[in-house]
Amino acid sequence: MLLGPALAVSAILFSLGVVGVLLRRNAIIIFMCVELMLNAVNLTFVALSQQLGLDGQVFVFFVMTVAAAEAAVGLAIIIALYRHRDTLNLQHINLLRG
Amino acid sequence: MPLDLEHGRDLTLALLPELLLTAWAAALLLYAAWRHRDSSAQRRAGWLSLFGIAASAGAVLWLWIGGARLEGPATSVAVDAFRWAVDLIILVGAALTVLLSVHYLDREGIRVPEYHPLVLFAAVGMMLLAGGADLFVLFLGLELMSVSVYVLAGINRRNPASAEAALKYFLLGAFASAFLLYGIALTYGATGTTKLSRIGAQISALGIESHPMLAAGLALLFVGFGFKVAAVPFHMWTPDVYDGAPTPVTAFMAASVKAAAFAALVRLLLEAFAALQPGWDGVVWGLAAITMVVGNLIALAQRAVKRMLAYSSIAHAGYLLTALVSGSLAGAAAFLFYLLFYTLMTVGAFAVLIAKGRSGERDVTSDDLSGLAESHPLLALTMTVCMLSLLGFPGTAGFIGKWYILTSATGAGYAGLAVVLVLTTVVSAGYYLPIVMAMYMKPRLHEMAHADVGLPRVVRGMLVALVVALLFYGIWPNQLLTLAREGSHAFLPPHVTPVAVPFSPN
Repeated sequence: MLLGPALAVSAILFSLGVVGVLLRRNAIIIFMCVELMLNAVNLTFVALSQQLGLDGQVFVFFVMTVAAAEAAVGLAIIIALYRHRDTLNLQHINLLRG
Repeated sequence: MPLDLEHGRDLTLALLPELLLTAWAAALLLYAAWRHRDSSAQRRAGWLSLFGIAASAGAVLWLWIGGARLEGPATSVAVDAFRWAVDLIILVGAALTVLLSVHYLDREGIRVPEYHPLVLFAAVGMMLLAGGADLFVLFLGLELMSVSVYVLAGINRRNPASAEAALKYFLLGAFASAFLLYGIALTYGATGTTKLSRIGAQISALGIESHPMLAAGLALLFVGFGFKVAAVPFHMWTPDVYDGAPTPVTAFMAASVKAAAFAALVRLLLEAFAALQPGWDGVVWGLAAITMVVGNLIALAQRAVKRMLAYSSIAHAGYLLTALVSGSLAGAAAFLFYLLFYTLMTVGAFAVLIAKGRSGERDVTSDDLSGLAESHPLLALTMTVCMLSLLGFPGTAGFIGKWYILTSATGAGYAGLAVVLVLTTVVSAGYYLPIVMAMYMKPRLHEMAHADVGLPRVVRGMLVALVVALLFYGIWPNQLLTLAREGSHAFLPPHVTPVAVPFSPN
């Protein structure tokens, strides 16, 4: 029931997240796009769990926990960098050159 | 010792190394929070963390020698020699990192009590990666490792380069994790399970080798792991992050983080996707070839030794991928052997860089090492052995490892890739040998050039042990090769009898 459309929506959300990460230059917005990707995957898991049992819904909880841990560390890192550079624009954060 | 993981007691035994290390890390975190004002407490936390690592390694050895094996249905944790071997490699890497860090943190005035607990937590994550037989255990292990290492990369908050490295590592690491997770979701959708052995059984039972969802899932998994092991074209973050992070953390990332991610990839490909080998060998072939070529060529152009080592570690990801391409047991054995010595020689090279660096490892070039052999023969010898071993010079363990990777590839008919490996190895002489030459054949830049170079006695002892191991096993590798072969037997088919569960995707 609605498995196809749900998977399609989550694929579109995931792609939007990827495009956002690749195109935006602000660290916070890039981080938001990563969160969008994780939530798109959550949607996939929930949609699949209709067919495959409760496992999929349990995974969603794990993913949410991991995303929260990542957010805590990630925002701390962003603040640490902001104190040095007074900007979050990745184009201006270029001490290290690849 | 048969372990039935349905029972709580057996499950505890099977996870004993991880549990011990987690408990120790949590206790150490409490200690660090309680005593964080003086640097002697931080040193003590470092020495204490070594005990936790030793206890965990003891548990691994006990299980390995006790012949722990899985009885009953396949579960989320693997109980096999491959896991024990990788666990030991990871614990060695973590112990060497701690040994380097204690002195380094003191010298650079980095006062962060949570440093050593974080190293232990990262090691737990790596061990879960090595032992996870379920996509979700792999994901959780990967995240535990990654989140700890994000913090470690930015642990020197006063240094803008360190903060920038942490941000880049965090953003790209989280991006890669999302790909990996989507790959897990699609694999789960196509096969209806996340247990690695059941995935393999389902693929052949349902005949869904070319199901688009499975193919997409595997492709996304490759992207995720490609980022984590720093394979070209997913390597852009590596030089910057390795360059900016504190040097002991760089050594930890280049050695252990890469080792753990690779171990998970090996288990995934050989256990879950073994049936698809004719499909993914082309992908691994391409990744390996381009990683070796690009890594080695860009390393040639580097002036700073730290960045050169970063690119050299990218090139080594290519060599390790070459071991994987055939999907054979010989490849897995070669992989294990190379992984151990890759860890040792990487940490050794970074240790010498730390000794020379003194608050500026990033700026050390090969010219700065000129004449090091005169004043510091041990450091010069260590660097020489590590460079020759990384190069794969006969007489060092690196040569034996590369040799076995080559034979595993040519034995399975991948001669083209073996040629690429040999040619790029020749290129790599162009950046490893100038360092050896500078140390032994060039005069010091000025009389006091190496006056402040030095390492404490413990670290010097560690370097002697490293050099001895690299040379000894370069000449008498048989014992370790037997162990590596035993480790690879974890992937002997048929791993489990296929269970045909009636299920149709979509």
